[in-house]
Amino acid sequence: MAPGTNKGIIQLSDVTRTFGAFYALRKINAEIREGEFFSLLGPSGCGKTTLLRLIAGFDEPTSGAISIGGRPMAGIAANKRPTNMVFQSYAIFPHLNVAENVGYGLTTRKLSKAEIAAEVEKALAMVDLQGFGGRAAHELSGGQRQRVALARALVMRPKVVLLDEPLSALDKKLRDQMQVELRALQQSIGITFILVTHDQEEALIMSDRIAVMFEGEIAQMASPEQLYRRPRTKRVASFIGVMNFLPATFVAQGDDGVTVDITALGRVTIRPGMVPEVLNPATIDTIGIRPEMLTILSNDAEPAERSARGSVTGTSYYGDMTYYTVQLAGGGDPVTISMRNTAGRSVLPSGSPVTVGWGAESVVLFE
Amino acid sequence: MRMRLGLDREARRGLLLLSPTAGYALLMLAAPLVMVVTFSFWTQDYLDIDTTLTLNNYREAWSEPIYRVLMFRSLRISLIVTLATVLLAFPVAYFLSFHVTQRKALWLFLITVPFWTSYLIRVFLWKVILGFNGVLNTALLEVGFIEKPLTFILYNANAVVLTLAHAWAPFAILPIFVALEKIDRSLLEAAEDLGDGPLRRFVRVTLPLAMPGVIAATLIVLIPTVGDFITPRLVGGTEGLMIANMIQVQFGKANNAPLGAALAVSSMVIVAAVSLVIYLAGKKLGGKVE
Repeated sequence: MAPGTNKGIIQLSDVTRTFGAFYALRKINAEIREGEFFSLLGPSGCGKTTLLRLIAGFDEPTSGAISIGGRPMAGIAANKRPTNMVFQSYAIFPHLNVAENVGYGLTTRKLSKAEIAAEVEKALAMVDLQGFGGRAAHELSGGQRQRVALARALVMRPKVVLLDEPLSALDKKLRDQMQVELRALQQSIGITFILVTHDQEEALIMSDRIAVMFEGEIAQMASPEQLYRRPRTKRVASFIGVMNFLPATFVAQGDDGVTVDITALGRVTIRPGMVPEVLNPATIDTIGIRPEMLTILSNDAEPAERSARGSVTGTSYYGDMTYYTVQLAGGGDPVTISMRNTAGRSVLPSGSPVTVGWGAESVVLFE
Repeated sequence: MRMRLGLDREARRGLLLLSPTAGYALLMLAAPLVMVVTFSFWTQDYLDIDTTLTLNNYREAWSEPIYRVLMFRSLRISLIVTLATVLLAFPVAYFLSFHVTQRKALWLFLITVPFWTSYLIRVFLWKVILGFNGVLNTALLEVGFIEKPLTFILYNANAVVLTLAHAWAPFAILPIFVALEKIDRSLLEAAEDLGDGPLRRFVRVTLPLAMPGVIAATLIVLIPTVGDFITPRLVGGTEGLMIANMIQVQFGKANNAPLGAALAVSSMVIVAAVSLVIYLAGKKLGGKVE
């Protein structure tokens, strides 16, 4: 299933939530598609959790409407919504064992004990916890608790699974593993997942689409690749990965694209497809370029579309990668350049004069 | 090795600091207890005490119908008091924990206000309220709700229950409140998310998780009320008298301290047994709470 071709399952129209004079969410409009892995990404306090809670039904929007599967959700309590949540704290009932936790929601449905047991076992198998049904809640590790919480949501066969920072309590290694597993699981069962996270890497790895939120508003909603390559604002660009910003001035707009003068790198023309439609070219004052889009040329013979002179002012060695801070001869703030430590490439000491290669395709325009 | 020694020294210092208080508490608790237990095996011989060990006092305490009646009445009254107190305390604690968002401390403080007056005075006040010409009867007569004063509200077991339930309410509210406060709110949301309405959620999550507080409240109210003698004496009339009144009489007017001691030890054992049963039953009801 290509998520992009599916019909919408959740419609958010002008969803606003205020707390007193404070706008937690301001006119959120979005459509979440059936079967997609959708992430709400943003720093803490951006309203992403509030939005998730509105969808779950723990809270009602001050104005605007939410509909799930075509049904308006106003006035429908959380226990009547076709959504299930994986809580940040996992919210495993401490007085129940694993099977009772997973089967908790099924007991409200008209199912026999044997049917519930079978469903529970199936759900536990889905999250790789076969035979854990009899375990007490306090006997579980963090990762296992997370899986139980997930199984408890999946067993309900909801239209949408809501995940509130589900991996933030796990250690790095387990988190990396769970990211991949969670994504694979979502793809195999085809249920819509909505993930709330402040971890941009997590969002990039797992999502089909990401909505980046700042201060109660969606700053940009796009696929991970588009978000990373074509961030629409400086804020989105610096929130996701590392971005070098260089001052630039608008020169001209023609059929071949937008021409700008980058103080440190020189004049360049960006082809029309790479210029955001919403951008008024005349207001361009900055360009962005990712660290991996800049190359330190090992010798002058190495090919590059364009090049600029500079000198290394700092290095951070990461084993597989080296991050250089380079002051370009043309001025501006020092730029970060990441280089893979491939065979034959030595780590350059500070002060080394370098030639930096770059290309027009990797330049992002900002106003 | 050095670290272990250091810890030891710290532990020793801690024990040293603690010992005067611990010693005092132990002495004040253990000495009377030992005395009472010892007394219960002796015999009163007019003005002297016959110190030959005997089980006669216990034989009498367990066979005479009057003591059995009093013991059962004490248990019955204090169980009713406990039930009433816990049932009344739970909604207050629930409201405090779930619906009071501001000035929680002030609310807790207000709950303790009754303690500002002496227990004795509070019991007397209930007499004033419940009496034949008391506040309640006068008021009800004035508004024409009743034609003659109600008599079933004072000098009987009902009055004892009412008075004790009021006196012990804060002791029940606080442990239940603490247990409710400890419940992770996301558990309640999870229950709702999984399809529970408010009532089902309460029965399946809130109540089991509040059980430790409920058991604590039950024991805190039950144990002292069985042995209360001021309230039954002041508002209980004759049919409201309890075992503690009899114990007091044996130590005082009846001049039979050994029998009083045997009654005291017996009721202590019975209360301990009842408490244990309640504790175990509550633990089972509350499930495997971490």
